[in-house]
Amino acid sequence: MADVLVVDGLDVTFELHESEVKAVSNLDFSLAEGETLAVVGESGSGKSQAFLSIMGLLARNGRASGRAMMGDVNLIGLAPSELDRYRGKDIAMIFQDPMTSLNPSLRLRTQLAEVLVRHQGYDNDKAYRAVIEMLERVGIPEPVKRANAYPHELSGGMRQRVMIAMALLCRPKILIADEPTTALDVTVQAQMLDLFKTLTNDFGTALVLITHDLGVVAGVADRMMVMYGGRCIEKGPTDNLFYDPRHPYTLGLLHSTPHVGKRAARLDPIQGLPPSLEHLPKGCAFHPRCAFRFDRCFEERPPLLSVEDVREKACWYQGELKYGKVA
Amino acid sequence: MLDRTEDLLKVENLSKNFSISAGLFSRPFQLRALQDINFTVKRGETLGIVGESGCGKSTLGRCILQLLSPDEGKVLWLGQDISRLPEAEMRKKRRDLQIIFQDPLASLNPRMTVGEIIADPLKTLMPEIDAKGRRERVIKTMEAVGLLPEMINRYPHEFSGGQAQRIGIARALISEPKLIVCDEPVSALDVSIQAQILNLLSDLKERLGLTLIFISHNLSVVRHVSDRIMVLYLGRIVELAEGDDLYEDPKHPYTRALLTAVPIPDPKRARQRSIEGLVGEIPSPINQPSGCTFRTRCRFAQPRCAEKVPTLETLPDGRRVACIRWQEIELASGA
Repeated sequence: MADVLVVDGLDVTFELHESEVKAVSNLDFSLAEGETLAVVGESGSGKSQAFLSIMGLLARNGRASGRAMMGDVNLIGLAPSELDRYRGKDIAMIFQDPMTSLNPSLRLRTQLAEVLVRHQGYDNDKAYRAVIEMLERVGIPEPVKRANAYPHELSGGMRQRVMIAMALLCRPKILIADEPTTALDVTVQAQMLDLFKTLTNDFGTALVLITHDLGVVAGVADRMMVMYGGRCIEKGPTDNLFYDPRHPYTLGLLHSTPHVGKRAARLDPIQGLPPSLEHLPKGCAFHPRCAFRFDRCFEERPPLLSVEDVREKACWYQGELKYGKVA
Repeated sequence: MLDRTEDLLKVENLSKNFSISAGLFSRPFQLRALQDINFTVKRGETLGIVGESGCGKSTLGRCILQLLSPDEGKVLWLGQDISRLPEAEMRKKRRDLQIIFQDPLASLNPRMTVGEIIADPLKTLMPEIDAKGRRERVIKTMEAVGLLPEMINRYPHEFSGGQAQRIGIARALISEPKLIVCDEPVSALDVSIQAQILNLLSDLKERLGLTLIFISHNLSVVRHVSDRIMVLYLGRIVELAEGDDLYEDPKHPYTRALLTAVPIPDPKRARQRSIEGLVGEIPSPINQPSGCTFRTRCRFAQPRCAEKVPTLETLPDGRRVACIRWQEIELASGA
């Protein structure tokens, strides 16, 4: 499969009153046609900021550098007018709360058709027909009726479907979904995840799924990238990371996740708190919480290195990761 | 020792409606948030309450604590109906009945120090304790929930979400309650922190002999902490059973569908499982279907399901199910 996005040395920095905070440091990854990449991390891990920077949606005090190549176009550093040629057409993004992403004062048909009129030069009739077809495609019952509704008239699950429909209207190569199911009930969430699977298969769209929920990742992602303190700390095929994690943080996340199938007496959480980006620990950012740390971890930051052909990790510890070993 | 057979709390025929204004000149209409709720909570157990948004789970928690007054029915606390108590009388009971909220930062007063926040319930609930005694209790409680006593003079904004939730837990514990309603206590927290707080709650429960009502939309979390679990749908109990029974052998079609939809953090099993699809979405509680309110989304529904509201039947093993077809469904699916 060809790569539709290749990110190389991506940095994101925010300027605060008297200091600078680095939200994303030296991020590298690629995304192949039709694949689903899960980006996993806790708050402050940089997972959302990395992709907002690729979409040119950073807050005003944010700056991105590095490369995000879509074909031969580097999306980082493009002027908004340039970016608009690709955003919504080749690369689209949806967010956790669909209500804040839709215009409350426009009928759905109006805001959806606008995408096609603008990017594809469709006339209104043709755009309207395509909108109805897409609404049906994402599982909205009575699409003609719903197209005339305003966003507030729809339930949360329906709104998220509308967002997906809107994002897919131009058949983008890349769809970035930032916590798309976090606000939804489990039954609706399951429907959404199924929909993602169908759509990536049918349209060949590459999906980036940004989430903190490993349960969501397990069902849909081909590969995953785990982030901590603004850096990727482990990356590889989903099964490898779940069944044979090589970074202590990945292992800790897996042990922190309650499992509906089993009832363990206690969870085995990671001790301590995620670091503040303003005061990242020296050495490995995870070392204060790590059960496997040793001298080197306090001083030197581990680089992201290949472990096997298909996977990479950033950790000095080379022994077996067994939980309950320390602490 | 704890007497785990004693009914600490008994809820009888509880109903709660909200009036929704439809505009200046129209008559308000009724949103039926809870209907005919009956259950007991035994001393020392954790009762989980699950359901989708709008099912009434938080309203139920608030009705138990009399933060909302039920329209019908009784809430019996150690045999005494507290749903009609005058406020002054109720205040005496609040020592024993506490709550932890979802959004830890929003539920803490930003202008009070941590020490003041945690001590605050004592001033109203146990005025006999003097300032020195309060401070001692605050420090003891902070230690119990894993907060350092030197943080006593800090303000809530200086804390992360997980730490703030520990403050919320300390505030609930300070009056040495018997029952704590935990309303989505870990939903706003990061995964690694969520696990820490769940462990803390189960430790405190063991050590202090607490009884918990644990409300959450996250079925994995509820499974992890609860002894018995109640499933609510549109303001009614559809199933109530021991945790293992419910998760391993759900009887009600809604429980079955809900459980198959829970994300499994295990890629191979996640790919294999089939989701017992639910048709559509939860209906509006303002305009509920006749008969069984779940029938509009149920793949086992038949015309007779529309006729009357199914009663919450008690099976020989003590579990309760509200579905007229549960036995047929069980046979049909070969369970």
